[in-house]
Amino acid sequence: MADTEKIPPPPEATIAAPKVAEATVPSAEISPGRGRQIGGFLLRLGPVWALVALAILGTVLNEDFLSPANVSNVLTRSAIVGLVAIGATFVLSAGMIDLSVGSLAALIAGAMILSMNEFSSSISSFPLLLTVGVAIALGLGALGGALNGLIITRGKVDSFIVTLGTMGIFRSVITYVQDGGAATLKSGLREQMRPLYYGSFLGISAPVWTLIVLTLVAIVVMHKTRLGRYALAIGSNREVARYSGIKTDRVSLLVFILQGLCVGLATIIYVPRLGAASITTGAGWELEAITAVVVGGTALRGGHACVSGTVAGIVMLSLVGNILNLTSNLSNLLNGAIQGAIIIAAVLLQRRTRT
Amino acid sequence: MKSAPAEANSASPRLEVRRLGMTFGSVQVLRDINVTVAPGEIHAVCGENGAGKSTLMKILSGIHRPTTGEVFFEGKPAHYHSVSDAEAAGIMMIHQEFTLASSLTVQQNFFLGRELLTGPFFRDREMDAKTRDALALVGCSVTPNRRIIDLSVSECQLVEIAKMLARNASVLILDEPTAVLTRREVRLLLQRIRELSDRGVSILYVSHKLDEILAIAHRVTILRDGRLVLTENVTALSEARIVRHMVGREIDELFRPKEKVADSDQPALEVEKFRVEKFIDDASFSLQRGEILGFAGLIGSGRTELWEGILGLRPGHGTIRRNGRTMRFKNYTDALFKGHVAYLSEDRKGKGILLDFKLRPNATLAALRRICGFVLSAKKEEAAWQAMIKTYDIHAASFDVPARLLSGGNQQKLALGKLLATNPEVVVLDEPTRGIDTGAKQQIYALIHQLAEAGKAVVVISSELPEIIGLCHRVAVLANKRIAAIAEGPDINEETIMRHATGVARETAGLAA
Repeated sequence: MADTEKIPPPPEATIAAPKVAEATVPSAEISPGRGRQIGGFLLRLGPVWALVALAILGTVLNEDFLSPANVSNVLTRSAIVGLVAIGATFVLSAGMIDLSVGSLAALIAGAMILSMNEFSSSISSFPLLLTVGVAIALGLGALGGALNGLIITRGKVDSFIVTLGTMGIFRSVITYVQDGGAATLKSGLREQMRPLYYGSFLGISAPVWTLIVLTLVAIVVMHKTRLGRYALAIGSNREVARYSGIKTDRVSLLVFILQGLCVGLATIIYVPRLGAASITTGAGWELEAITAVVVGGTALRGGHACVSGTVAGIVMLSLVGNILNLTSNLSNLLNGAIQGAIIIAAVLLQRRTRT
Repeated sequence: MKSAPAEANSASPRLEVRRLGMTFGSVQVLRDINVTVAPGEIHAVCGENGAGKSTLMKILSGIHRPTTGEVFFEGKPAHYHSVSDAEAAGIMMIHQEFTLASSLTVQQNFFLGRELLTGPFFRDREMDAKTRDALALVGCSVTPNRRIIDLSVSECQLVEIAKMLARNASVLILDEPTAVLTRREVRLLLQRIRELSDRGVSILYVSHKLDEILAIAHRVTILRDGRLVLTENVTALSEARIVRHMVGREIDELFRPKEKVADSDQPALEVEKFRVEKFIDDASFSLQRGEILGFAGLIGSGRTELWEGILGLRPGHGTIRRNGRTMRFKNYTDALFKGHVAYLSEDRKGKGILLDFKLRPNATLAALRRICGFVLSAKKEEAAWQAMIKTYDIHAASFDVPARLLSGGNQQKLALGKLLATNPEVVVLDEPTRGIDTGAKQQIYALIHQLAEAGKAVVVISSELPEIIGLCHRVAVLANKRIAAIAEGPDINEETIMRHATGVARETAGLAA
């Protein structure tokens, strides 16, 4: 809509500005600004440089590191949490946090497996059965996200607290339903579902394709739609967003639903990998996802997001694990320690370049 | 009333700035500044935004180090590396934004980082007593155990000054200290500042408010574009002369003559029996197209809260009619897009603009749905932004910077432009010229006149009475949680408004409420 011409007419010449003084920005910030731009540029490339460095390190330690098989393996393994992390990019850029994603994944996985087993006797067509499973996964994901979002916006409770609560609730509900044990897909179903994880096209595995597509969609949503702009505005300053006529509650709710859908999608790919879900399914995903987002350059306090950085972050994290597996010098039991060091280093680097 | 100017050139100035220059990168912000401040002198510094006032004050208070030249304190060269160096010497600055920890008490703030201890334990009684003494110096009756969050803005201001005095300030730098105070509070504060000066505290007083400067300062220094234009005894200055030196040219009449607003039977906005919990018990008024309606009242009288209630920004109850149709605004989005009522917040940095966002996304934030639809278009946004730069005369060294780098006046124009891009029919402006320089003020007044001429209904909420008196066709005065009076015509004068605002007029009222 070209409504811009309806903006009140320009001030007439009589009230033209005193140009002298107003033209200068409070100059104190001019030169640090330039420094910050360069810093920001390096920062945006930060995850990429780190990836390159890790790849070199990996090759030095083990020549098989860059073999197609290994690379494909690393990427495929990162894809599942990568899907979750893309949702988390939206949540964090809106200045909130979702700790319940791992538990939600466990709930969805359990529900999907149990219901597909149940329906397999009445629905003989596998595509139809799969559709039901997918619908259940995405539906539960959206529902879980909506639950988080509604409590946060209606109850005006901090997202950290709400999702800390639902993190316990989701996992405990599915643990109870599964009676403390694992849920396993019927073996026939399992075979039929395998391609969702193990299939590949043009030499690229299905999970990686999913990640690529979702990344592209997320970049568009984040930077080319009102939803993304509003989420960033809320993350930058919720009050300013509200006073700009943005329905901040509705945007927050949508962001959490988006996160839930991402978890649903990740779980759909996760289930055929093992064909089972245990009570520890998805454990630690929330931290891995948040780590990837922050390492990728999205501000933890919100207002700035980098979707491709998140993907770089998640690949970096699984590269670390992979390198540890490929070398005998360092135990891969130290994986957690190294990932922890990476997130701290990333935040320190951000602080240095931002302020 | 005014004490005689201090001997400006007495043998030993407390503070002396010699040939001071400052560059940031390639930009020369200050050049060849020479200023002296005598003990007990109140030295006002004025200039438009960007003239270099803040940079000079930041150098004096130890935040920046000068590129060239030197600062002497009590005759000795002062090389301060940090704020705490300057504070240790006795030079303290009170910023526009307070530096009090809001969840701590007054006493805890006073002694933050310098608590009096016996072993590991606080000597609370002693700290309370000292706090009370310091508060008494500035005539503030707040008790030491009140939390900052429960204090009014003016009380915070006094607490901040008392805190500095308790730390033995001998030079006090006040940056726009009255920006958020009402007239009466300003009078009190100026009185306190005079008393401090009588006790020998030197005061550097940075302000846009020329009447205050003329009332309180001994000498005035005027900066323009980083150069010192003039330092002069206040007795030789007038408001017009100061403005001329600040702007470098004569300033036009700020306000236009008021034309009569045509009465119509259908007001643009009617509000009946409106109630906002804790702030407003009963408010009824109406607003015509083309009218500028003022809202005056002391700070805390609920001016902002009344409008936030009406516009769905906080809970409120009552009847609202737009062009005769009853409406309810569940939230501000409804008010803005269904009611076409836009509200400019008084809190520019907290509610007006996204400081970390670039200028363009700030500019299009409110009207985004009208500019683009769901999918954004950089081209359409850019067109809207370019139009806004022209319409509102927004200036910046570069347009590709975060909004925090704009001067106050330009930030305000950006905030206004953002709202007006939604094409509202009723425009509510809360303290539209707070903390901005004369040039930008003039532009905003002109814009307000234009909005009214274009048939919009305009509301101006302001603590600055000259602004209310100069702009408005009618003025609603809030007091005691209701509209005490709606002044019209010759009743729009300072005395009448203040009588109603302070509640004096309630018994003897000659005005219809």
